[in-house]
Amino acid sequence: MLSEHAEEILEALAIQMEEQGKKPLELGAMRDEPAIEELEKLGYIRRDQDHIHLLDKGKSHALACIRRHRLAERLLSDVFDVKKNIINEVSCKFEHLLHEGLEDKVCTILGHPRVCPHGKNIPPGKCCQEKKDRRLVKIISPLAELESRDRGHIAYLQAKDAPQMRKLISIGAIPGVSISLVQKFPSYVFKIGHSQFAVDKELASAIYVRLTR
Amino acid sequence: MLKDFAKKIGYNEPLEIYIARIEALLFADYKITRRAIALLLLQEDAGMLEYVRQRQRDSFGKIQELIEEAKGSYPYPLSYIISLCRQKEAGALVKYSLFAEAGHKQGLQEKLSKILMNPFAAAPIMLALLYYGLYKFVGVLGAGVLVNFLEDRVFISHINPFMTYLVQKAIPFVLIQDLLVGEYGIITLGLRYAIAIILPIVATFFFVFAIAEDTGYLPRLAMLVDRLFKRIGLSGRAVIPLVLGLGCDTMATMVTRTLPTKRERIIATLLLALAIPCSAQMGVILGLLHGHALGTVAWLSVIISVFLLVGFLASRIMPGELPSFYMEIPPLRLPQFSNILRKTWTRLSWYFKEVLPLFIFASVLIWAGAITGIFSLLVRILEYPVSWIGLPDKAAVAFLFGFFRRDYGAAGLYDLKKAGLLSGNQLVVACITLTLFLPCIAQLLMNIKERGMRMGIAMSVFILLFSFSIGFLVNLVLTVSGVTL
Repeated sequence: MLSEHAEEILEALAIQMEEQGKKPLELGAMRDEPAIEELEKLGYIRRDQDHIHLLDKGKSHALACIRRHRLAERLLSDVFDVKKNIINEVSCKFEHLLHEGLEDKVCTILGHPRVCPHGKNIPPGKCCQEKKDRRLVKIISPLAELESRDRGHIAYLQAKDAPQMRKLISIGAIPGVSISLVQKFPSYVFKIGHSQFAVDKELASAIYVRLTR
Repeated sequence: MLKDFAKKIGYNEPLEIYIARIEALLFADYKITRRAIALLLLQEDAGMLEYVRQRQRDSFGKIQELIEEAKGSYPYPLSYIISLCRQKEAGALVKYSLFAEAGHKQGLQEKLSKILMNPFAAAPIMLALLYYGLYKFVGVLGAGVLVNFLEDRVFISHINPFMTYLVQKAIPFVLIQDLLVGEYGIITLGLRYAIAIILPIVATFFFVFAIAEDTGYLPRLAMLVDRLFKRIGLSGRAVIPLVLGLGCDTMATMVTRTLPTKRERIIATLLLALAIPCSAQMGVILGLLHGHALGTVAWLSVIISVFLLVGFLASRIMPGELPSFYMEIPPLRLPQFSNILRKTWTRLSWYFKEVLPLFIFASVLIWAGAITGIFSLLVRILEYPVSWIGLPDKAAVAFLFGFFRRDYGAAGLYDLKKAGLLSGNQLVVACITLTLFLPCIAQLLMNIKERGMRMGIAMSVFILLFSFSIGFLVNLVLTVSGVTL
């Protein structure tokens, strides 16, 4: 297993790749890190004078690191209600515990979220493509996947674009408000406060609910 | 005074700074507070952006820069962030000012609402509503009892003879006499149709529609049909103009404005023009098919199939944003009688203001067409397609008039049926073709007004060809299979 440091470096490389294309990472202060050597030996990275480059072999590992970090952020903010300003700090430590399939379980519990609380993409894992694992108790789930009479609070919205977001806001579907699903066929009908609304599947999939039992 | 008590909602840190910076840049004379404008600008409200851009062209670039900068400091759209802050404030206000009594029991109203939203109960309920609301109330009472009374007792026995006498006395020219009180005269035909036939039908329909609206049935219907409507390129919301079309397609075409995307508006307009018969037309068609149970079923199934097929194809062909459905489902309420009356009255007065002139216009056109011989030419041209679909030549007149008022056309067929000139099959083919055939002239004008000249004309040409093709096809199938209806 990789050391925590090596994971952090891979993550930084992947973020660099995601945000600035294929540019390599400046070596800088990391020059003497043993983790660099560790990654180089595994064939994940290549080092030249001042930069490190992510190699194809390391790519999937790097994406997995990002995935773990952002899932940790989601878990901390949605389930544990950790304050926004310390989320990053805590998840930096938390992410290293999400190994050996644990991250997919967390992902399932959270309803396979597609973005972190900061709005950045979470790379999908195996569990997101497979049919949803029903045995796990859901804590956060898109409204479209709840059963009638399930209730909870809206955790966050995952709209596909600004107009869709505006529609949700206009009917008062905003994080924090309590919501209960009245029926799901032929359309999704839910209750927010004392008002009832009907939406189609696309909109119902954009509302993520933290369930209360 | 009120301003002093108004509570200001505090937004979080970077946002407040950008609000203040934009406020400082707003110097033109605005009627509302600069803070409100700054907030609208930050939410990128299209109307407000344009409004401010026009008022202060020079500093608008700077404002735009600030908006972009503000957007950059949040991962979500600013409208979302702002709504969140407002929600938080509103929640806090509600918390100390509103108390809910515990132990709320599910009342009759909620049970009824559940039943109305149940997809299995929906079909029988809708059929019952169509039968009592549309067939019994609009059809039998409106199109039957009231029309008979107004037409026979009021117009034919009193107004028409009186006006004819008056006009013939006062105006010595036969041409003008014909225009006013002739066979297709403004008074004897135009006004008589408008007041004795259309008025009772649309009035009873608008009455039923207002009840459906005020009880909260329509949003529930919208929610039930959304899945089906997605297949024809519409959302559940479109059920409102389409149901209204059963009353008056012209008004319904105007109401398609409430649909959110251009694509939905075009598809709804096409379906209204093609496959939704208005109440006036339906009244006469159901009268024509009276006593032909099988024929009625055949007519209804063909029209419904055409509605679904054309909708499905249009949704495949038309580019543009896919529809999305969201709607509030208000609690069921017992409608207030005064509100129902007021709504019915408002719609009726709109109807008369917009449509009565068109009746008169149509009468003039028919009169002019008749004396210039253009009509007989058009009738002769129409005789070809009419004979292709297996109808007697005389039906061509009904089709031509059908364009001026869809119900004129149906009424023309009525005379043919009375004279025993139509077999069961011919009757069904005629009713199908006439239902699909070009909308009345009022609706054509509304189509052009709402959808533009090109789209309006293109739709009409399509409908003209399509209606006769379907008529031809139905006639062919009936003849080849040897079925008599």
